[in-house]
Amino acid sequence: MTEFYRQYLSVAVLIGAAALMFGAMLGAGRLLRPNRPQPEKFITYEAGSDPVGGWGQSNVRYYVYALLFVMFDVEAVFIFPWAVNLKSLGVYGLIEMAVFIIVLTLGLVYAWRKGVLRWA
Amino acid sequence: MTRLANPFPGGDPLFNHGLDLTVIGFVIVKTLIVFGLLLVSVLLYIWFMRKVIADMQNRIGPDQAGPFGILQTLADGIKLFFKEHSTPARADRPVYLLAPFVSALAAFLAFAIVPFGGIARLGTHTTFLQLADPPVGVLWLLAMSGIGVYGVMLAGWSSGSKYPLLGSVRASAQVLSYEAAMGLSIVGVLVHTGTLSTRGIVLQQTWQNWHSFVSQWLWLPAIGAFVIFLIAATAETNHPPFDFSEAEEELAGGYHIEYGGIRFAIFYLAEFMNMITMSAIAVTLFLGGPSGPKLGFLNQGGWVNVWIVPVFWFLLKLWVVLYATVWLRASLPRLRYDLLMDLGWKVLIEAAFLWAMVTGVIVVGQDQHWNLWIVTPAAAVAALLVYGFLMMCVPGKRELEDIR
Amino acid sequence: MTVVLFFIFGALTIGGALGVVLARNPVHSALFLVLTLVSVAVLFLLQDAQLVAAVQIIVYAGAIVVLFLFVIMLLGVDQTEPFAEPLRFQRPVALALGAILLAEVLLLAGHRWATGAKTARGVGITGGAFGSNIQRVARVLFTTFLWPFEITAVLLVIAVIGAVVLARRSAQTPDSESESAPRSGS
Repeated sequence: MTEFYRQYLSVAVLIGAAALMFGAMLGAGRLLRPNRPQPEKFITYEAGSDPVGGWGQSNVRYYVYALLFVMFDVEAVFIFPWAVNLKSLGVYGLIEMAVFIIVLTLGLVYAWRKGVLRWA
Repeated sequence: MTRLANPFPGGDPLFNHGLDLTVIGFVIVKTLIVFGLLLVSVLLYIWFMRKVIADMQNRIGPDQAGPFGILQTLADGIKLFFKEHSTPARADRPVYLLAPFVSALAAFLAFAIVPFGGIARLGTHTTFLQLADPPVGVLWLLAMSGIGVYGVMLAGWSSGSKYPLLGSVRASAQVLSYEAAMGLSIVGVLVHTGTLSTRGIVLQQTWQNWHSFVSQWLWLPAIGAFVIFLIAATAETNHPPFDFSEAEEELAGGYHIEYGGIRFAIFYLAEFMNMITMSAIAVTLFLGGPSGPKLGFLNQGGWVNVWIVPVFWFLLKLWVVLYATVWLRASLPRLRYDLLMDLGWKVLIEAAFLWAMVTGVIVVGQDQHWNLWIVTPAAAVAALLVYGFLMMCVPGKRELEDIR
Repeated sequence: MTVVLFFIFGALTIGGALGVVLARNPVHSALFLVLTLVSVAVLFLLQDAQLVAAVQIIVYAGAIVVLFLFVIMLLGVDQTEPFAEPLRFQRPVALALGAILLAEVLLLAGHRWATGAKTARGVGITGGAFGSNIQRVARVLFTTFLWPFEITAVLLVIAVIGAVVLARRSAQTPDSESESAPRSGS
């Protein structure tokens, strides 16, 4: 249990300090700021003109990027322990990781060849 | 570089004799001091940035509040307390109110792993000048920047408005893309250090003599990773020339248009806090963190050399890096978004991979006593061949037109 | 103290999970999912499973749920979910599968750990050199479990290929481009 505190007690204190500060800021703001609500103040901001249409949606391209990111994130998570332990893994470690990376790069190359990484 | 033995293999020695009230008190005081200093650093950094940019543009910059205008940021902050708060009618209220705090909290927590000083002794207690030293070390940074993305995404979504949504989707896609490159560039460091712990990483870069500057500090042995990390960290923090989250001309301000008053101030705080954290991480990973020459004419174990000098070196390096970020902001125009994504996915990630593999080969070669004069060029040539092959596989601009 | 923390974060995990199911708004569901994932990460930390906790946050909270959010925003954020079921036997099948999963978990928890180790702490994960935990994981991952590790790469590539095919198909229909993001800056 000491191990847990050794590493994360200060994180808990930091969260507490930040929460206190946010609370103090919000409280002070509530006391200090004026409050004169008018209906116009709650309109969505669209650079001065009246807002039109719905809320909008994002583009499918972002989804592909997010999925590629998942792929490389998982990869990074595997590559970190590999890098730390490289010396004891030796040549086999190098080959294993090279195979892993090459397979994943195939995914990136596929997306690239199909043109989904292009903005136009 | 040669690997150095770590005198504190178990982590922060403060807890070696169990957990009692004194230890808890130590942790609380240390954390609160660091938290306060961070807030002050953010205020100073914003003032510093405005002053330096003003100087580069032949202006005077802020000069009214306090000596040299040093209190300008504080004055701006106080002004925001007097701003009326209005939640847009179409906003998703709970998420809208929550988003800024997610951003700021993630920014603060990421700093926890930065070693900002040496090893301090106070009475019978010994402790790292560092808030947390988890065994997962640098992964903590990735975890926190992963959480930080939510602040941006949720702010844009919950505002119930078009510009923030577009801005936030764009900014979060950018942050994700460069987080991948950043994570992979860090591997170039880990291969050398053999540990994830940030304290372990700076202990590997201990200053022994002037030669350490090029042989122990990792900026030269991992120069490729260093360059990739700097670019990726700049994009990750939405700093110019990659500041798409607040492209005024296109998005009227980005994901925080609908925020005002204190909540806007918190976003602003988070943004600059991230800048400071990333610079501090760069110092930790590549520039030796708090290590540097000690004052020779004083006792090596005296309090000046143990307490003050490492903190001084850390702060000096930190502000040099921060100055570089301001310089970037002043000199470079914003990139185009497609170029930004291309740079992340089509250049940096591949480069980070190749760098990691080449360094891996060199490190293993060193360990197995291969002839490095043969292995290093061979690995580099192999990497270039792989990259060339990759470039032949993917279509050029013109071919892409046909595929669509 | 460990027990107290366990119950706090266990409760948060369950509360978050309930929130995922009960929230009407898909974005709120995703946020509750983040709460659950982070709480589970803390539970991992209490077991000294440092690497798994970090991975939990980086991959699940930092990437997978962000992917969910992108999908939700892709579908259009002000759409509400219709309550009619697209698959007819969805509910009974879900209940049955849930019961099977629960039985599995109870069985495993009652008998032995899935890894074959006696307890999470029995293998001596704590103490020792920096990140001994991580080094241990790495050794096992790159020797005993090498094959599953390499297969993971193939699995990820398959996922990307599927996404690319779907994305290209929807990009070809003109409708989906209507309110797309502008080509910025150009």
